[in-house]
Amino acid sequence: MSQHSHAHDHDLAHHHDIHSELPPDPALRVKALESLLTEKGLVDPAAIDAWIEVYESKIGPRNGAKVVAKAWVDPAYKQRLLSDGTKAIGELDFLGRQGQHIVAVENTPDVHNLVVCTLCSCYPLSVLGLPPAWYKSAPYRSRAVIDPRGVLKEFGLELPEHVKIRVWDSTAEVRYLVLPARPAGTEGMSEERLAALVTRDSMIGVGKVSAR
Amino acid sequence: MNGVHDMGGMHGHGPVAPEDEKHEPLWHAPWEARMLGITRSMTYPKGFNIDRFRHIRELMPPHLYLARSYYDHWYAVCVAALLNGGLATKEEIKSGHAAAGSAKRNDAARADQVWTSQKTQGIFTREVATPPQFATGQRVRARNINPTGHTRLPRYVRGKVGVVQIHHGGHVFPDTNAHVQGEAPQHLYTVAFSMRELWGADASARDETCVDLWESYLEPA
Amino acid sequence: MTASLSDHPHHHDHARDHAHSDVPSDPAVRTKALESLLTEKGLVDPAAIDAWVDAYERKIGPRRGAQIVARAWVDAAFKAQLLQDATRAIEPFGFLGREAQHLVVLENTAAIHNLVVCTLCSCYPWGLLGLPPRWYKAAPYRARSVIDPRGVLAEFGLALGDEVEVRVWDSTAEIRYLVLPERPAGTDDLSEPALAELVTRDAMIGVAKVEAPKGKRA
Repeated sequence: MSQHSHAHDHDLAHHHDIHSELPPDPALRVKALESLLTEKGLVDPAAIDAWIEVYESKIGPRNGAKVVAKAWVDPAYKQRLLSDGTKAIGELDFLGRQGQHIVAVENTPDVHNLVVCTLCSCYPLSVLGLPPAWYKSAPYRSRAVIDPRGVLKEFGLELPEHVKIRVWDSTAEVRYLVLPARPAGTEGMSEERLAALVTRDSMIGVGKVSAR
Repeated sequence: MNGVHDMGGMHGHGPVAPEDEKHEPLWHAPWEARMLGITRSMTYPKGFNIDRFRHIRELMPPHLYLARSYYDHWYAVCVAALLNGGLATKEEIKSGHAAAGSAKRNDAARADQVWTSQKTQGIFTREVATPPQFATGQRVRARNINPTGHTRLPRYVRGKVGVVQIHHGGHVFPDTNAHVQGEAPQHLYTVAFSMRELWGADASARDETCVDLWESYLEPA
Repeated sequence: MTASLSDHPHHHDHARDHAHSDVPSDPAVRTKALESLLTEKGLVDPAAIDAWVDAYERKIGPRRGAQIVARAWVDAAFKAQLLQDATRAIEPFGFLGREAQHLVVLENTAAIHNLVVCTLCSCYPWGLLGLPPRWYKAAPYRARSVIDPRGVLAEFGLALGDEVEVRVWDSTAEIRYLVLPERPAGTDDLSEPALAELVTRDAMIGVAKVEAPKGKRA
């Protein structure tokens, strides 16, 4: 038993001491933390604002939707996307933190892909923005790998028996983007119009794209 | 570590019950946004990295891990990092104010650095001197190891046999990086395990789960 | 409604949410309310509750197990029978009952040290040892006994040599395990009741050894 190799990390157990002495309400605690860090010069509130702005306005699932729509209309791009997702997504300048190493996985009539991070909440932020609360929750994290069909059913998606489900557990820094199937009835649509159809959920793999 | 965070395959957590994508708010409360910004831009102790962040989160007492919401986990990690790194005291955390006479730094990340950080940070590929041990299409077994420190080998695959799908080249190795013992990059592979291999004869005969695993997690099968 | 990692903030229909979020958090208050309700509805008789409490406070406890251990130390034939078929062997004592109907006794020797746990919940030989201690039912003991028994024993101040085999028994079924600790040296002249006095509950779980009385230790 490698009990002693991390002896110097015993101080990491500070979690245990302090939480019973702090108020349960996170709003109060975060406010106190921000004040403290600001007073000590450990954070610049303007930088906090800037990060919020990044995820509220600059990065979101519209990035991933553009990647998908381009793959639908441009077979050469789709080829590049599936053989080297990082490079192809980089062509559209959509790489970034938690999205520097991306593998695109294609849904076909026979294979349906589903992405999860059982160990924490790893997610391709640079192409999909912030993950939804359910993605980071214990029910999804625990069930996606053992009962993917049951999970998909909760999203209203029932796949035929013959379809193989492939679940991708994001245990490393590789991020997975599902390339959903292009729905019928979208022939001739512009790339822009197609992108508008692509849902965030379809790029995680819990939904399909419909022609609306 | 064999913590409660290692959730793959657990029962009893209830339904996923997702919010409708069209109506879900980005933040469920304003403090979540502040917590995200704090986590991204606060000054951390020297040597801190994402793997350490994840490990400290895993060290949360299990009852708090399960009861607290996601961004509240980030709060717990930031507080632990500040305390462990000597950047703040327990009293300061509790009061929300710097102790009288304590030093104020002037090197916190600035707003104008944020977009660059977003674009350029988080590249984990590294050169590895040795050639890869495994090839795509090869059968491998996830080793039955139970490290007490940080690992990204989930319990549900240990001892199970799968097939290498992708070789990603060298990646920073979290098991050492989380303990500030160096990046020690290793070849990283995506390995596909059939559901039957993972969960037994009653599982789907067709479906599979793919997991990204470093070379030292694997042995030939 | 408080969000948690295990409950999505906005789902309303999961029955257990309502049961646990609408009642006061203090278990003393909740238990009092439950007892009152059950009594009012005739679903429990408070005198029966009192009788159960009395049973575990005064009648059933580790002195029972200690008597069995002491007998095994002085009576070789009994010990042999105990190790062969414990349930049968202890019938004459009148100790069989709930959580003690199917017994196996495990002998500690110089070569083997036994440790009992229930990783899945808190199964314990109540009929012979009374109520389990809090630590036995807690996550740290349940989690660590099977992966780091020596580390657990060290927390109890018990260090075993490398040459000793540690055997952990996980009580996953209705079999209940009782450790027969080694008889300490220097106790040859003690009577059976005096021997029983030495036997601790912890020794019968396997987290301690039995010590000779002060004046007699080496």
